[in-house]
Amino acid sequence: MASRKPVRWHIAVFLAPAVLVYTAIMIIPLFGTLNFSLFNKGDDGVVFVGLANFATLFGDPRWSGAFWNALGNNAWFFLIHMLVQNPIGIALAAILSTPRLRMAAFYRTAIFIPTILSFVIVGFVWKLILSPIWGIAPGMLDAVGLKSLFAPWLGKEEYALTALALVSVWQFVGIPMMLIYAALLSIPDEVLEAAEMDGITGASQFWKIKLPLILPSIGIISILTFVGNFNAFDLIYVAQGALAGPDFSTDILGTFLYRTFFGFQLQLGDPYMGSAIAGAMFGIILLGVCVYLFGIQTRLRRYQF
Amino acid sequence: MKKTYLTALLTSTLLAGPTLAETTLTIESWRNDDLTIWQDQIIPAFEAQHPDIKVVFSPSAPAEYNAVLNSKLAAGSAGDLITCRPFDASLQLYSGGHLADLSGLASMANFSSVAKSAWQTDDGAATFCVPMASVIHGFIYNKDAFDALGITVPETEADFFAALDKIKADGSYIPMAMGTNDQWEAATMGYNNIGPNYWKGEEGRLALIAGTQKLTDADWVAPYATLAKWKDYLGDGFEAQTYPDSQNLFTLGRAAIYPAGSWEISGFNAQAGFAMGAFAPPVQAAGDTCYISDHTDIAIGMNAKSPNAEAAKVFLEWVGTPEFATMYANALPGFFSLNSTPVEMQDPLAQEFVSWRGKCQSTIRSTYQILSRGTPNLENETWNASANVIKGTETPEAAGARLQEGLASWYAPQK
Repeated sequence: MASRKPVRWHIAVFLAPAVLVYTAIMIIPLFGTLNFSLFNKGDDGVVFVGLANFATLFGDPRWSGAFWNALGNNAWFFLIHMLVQNPIGIALAAILSTPRLRMAAFYRTAIFIPTILSFVIVGFVWKLILSPIWGIAPGMLDAVGLKSLFAPWLGKEEYALTALALVSVWQFVGIPMMLIYAALLSIPDEVLEAAEMDGITGASQFWKIKLPLILPSIGIISILTFVGNFNAFDLIYVAQGALAGPDFSTDILGTFLYRTFFGFQLQLGDPYMGSAIAGAMFGIILLGVCVYLFGIQTRLRRYQF
Repeated sequence: MKKTYLTALLTSTLLAGPTLAETTLTIESWRNDDLTIWQDQIIPAFEAQHPDIKVVFSPSAPAEYNAVLNSKLAAGSAGDLITCRPFDASLQLYSGGHLADLSGLASMANFSSVAKSAWQTDDGAATFCVPMASVIHGFIYNKDAFDALGITVPETEADFFAALDKIKADGSYIPMAMGTNDQWEAATMGYNNIGPNYWKGEEGRLALIAGTQKLTDADWVAPYATLAKWKDYLGDGFEAQTYPDSQNLFTLGRAAIYPAGSWEISGFNAQAGFAMGAFAPPVQAAGDTCYISDHTDIAIGMNAKSPNAEAAKVFLEWVGTPEFATMYANALPGFFSLNSTPVEMQDPLAQEFVSWRGKCQSTIRSTYQILSRGTPNLENETWNASANVIKGTETPEAAGARLQEGLASWYAPQK
């Protein structure tokens, strides 16, 4: 009985490939960047400056102005996704999972297709659609007599960010739809039949039975949206360039980071301040994920079937 | 059996090695528009004289060039020859040890000190790129439209706005093709195009660097006030109009005047189906001295870590010859040679642009030398301010005050 537990080598062996690859391309660069943010160019080469870069980022009125502007825009970008993309995604999933719907596979595919398109294509196509010169948007509005509603949205400070957020919603609405659709399909028929026996059908069945059962999936979608939005960069860069015009109204943390780190036109890149911004982004995302994991996910009720 | 085959294969590659005596040089550039010109005209001409050197032109997208080049140089994977942006971008590469000192090249004698100034250390001791070309700012106009409306080429600002009013009243053309979406159009083809007439070219530019003039002075705010008046003459939805949109509006014949840089000439010649002309930025009163932005824009240097330094120097010596200058200026009308030997150009539009060098004073863009070294970056702020002023979301005075405050925050002579 005194035999030792055998060393379970197979666990290490099976974990190794993923751990090694993940460490090499994620963990090491992450800590490298965080380390970088503690240095800056001094009179003689690169010197350790502690948290001075962060002090500049949050203390200097120019840096902090740009940072809070980017963070505010990012928050709005996220809010639009939460208020538009996810409810529409859930609604589409609910409609698709209705057994009587015809051509469900076609709709599912059509709605999901934009998700697999490249940002470059999406940004370019929407820029053309919304273009006041060549775009089809003014013509289509004209056809229904609403020409007066048209504005060069991407060029106006007050609309540009919302317009781009909606383009992003258009592109990614397929993801929450698919995840919720899968969650809805996994609800056992017995539960639904029991509900029907009790006279709960139609919309009230969705609100009272299905929605509570898919809440964990909605939580996951929210956190994916949060991480995705606060890491976003591509769409803004493709549509508005690194200066995130008009007048920085579409500047989000990703474009702010890019401009600072790599430089732009005559502005030379500053990898140290850039790393500080990257560090701040990491902190924000970490904070958001922690709030979700410890504050929300642990309180969600789960049902075992 | 298999092993023998492999050995034979390895041996053959070893033997084949030394017979490849020719060197291949790779050119890094942001001029992807020029790919065919380099491949069909310039490189064959060089290779005909130097059969032992092969040259490959490998451009990247203009907006990404600086970032891509910096990363490649840091990683040691950059090409042998580096196309140089003017001033600080290249100066930083030189002081970082990425660009070689080329002061010793014999062909450097073919360039004036002004031509070389954009690619020298601040004290002028070392020159690290061979100057290739400058670009001149002005306005390109649709000659057919001007003839049809009976408009003559404007000399003064009053003429200019009268012409715009006339085009607008007629209604068959958009008076001016420019958008603010990309921002740099407003700054480069707007502010730095008309500005030199206000701040008197080099006089104002050097005074700004010396700290004796400020961006809040009338000479620096007035161009913004003029830009603000452009708003009424731009097309519908100009706020979302991009640079390619503007180019297309003009070459499709829908707009009458295009605030231009001379680099547009070859593209416009290929696209436009109507006669074109050009005029220099209008002066304020008839008889005033005119000033033009004749901006040192492009040069070529050598990667300090290039393994083919000897071949690269041979190529750079050739770039400095009048032969290259003539070929380049004619292949790319609108990129004017900086070589001291005058170059004969065939293109009438290019001839018009270059003729202003004779009657006007030349200067370069105000923000490029020294003033864009700090944070906030004056050039980027100028883009933003010019676009804001044209859209009417910022007054000229507020824009000037904001830029001055930003500049004074890091530039000692302006404090």
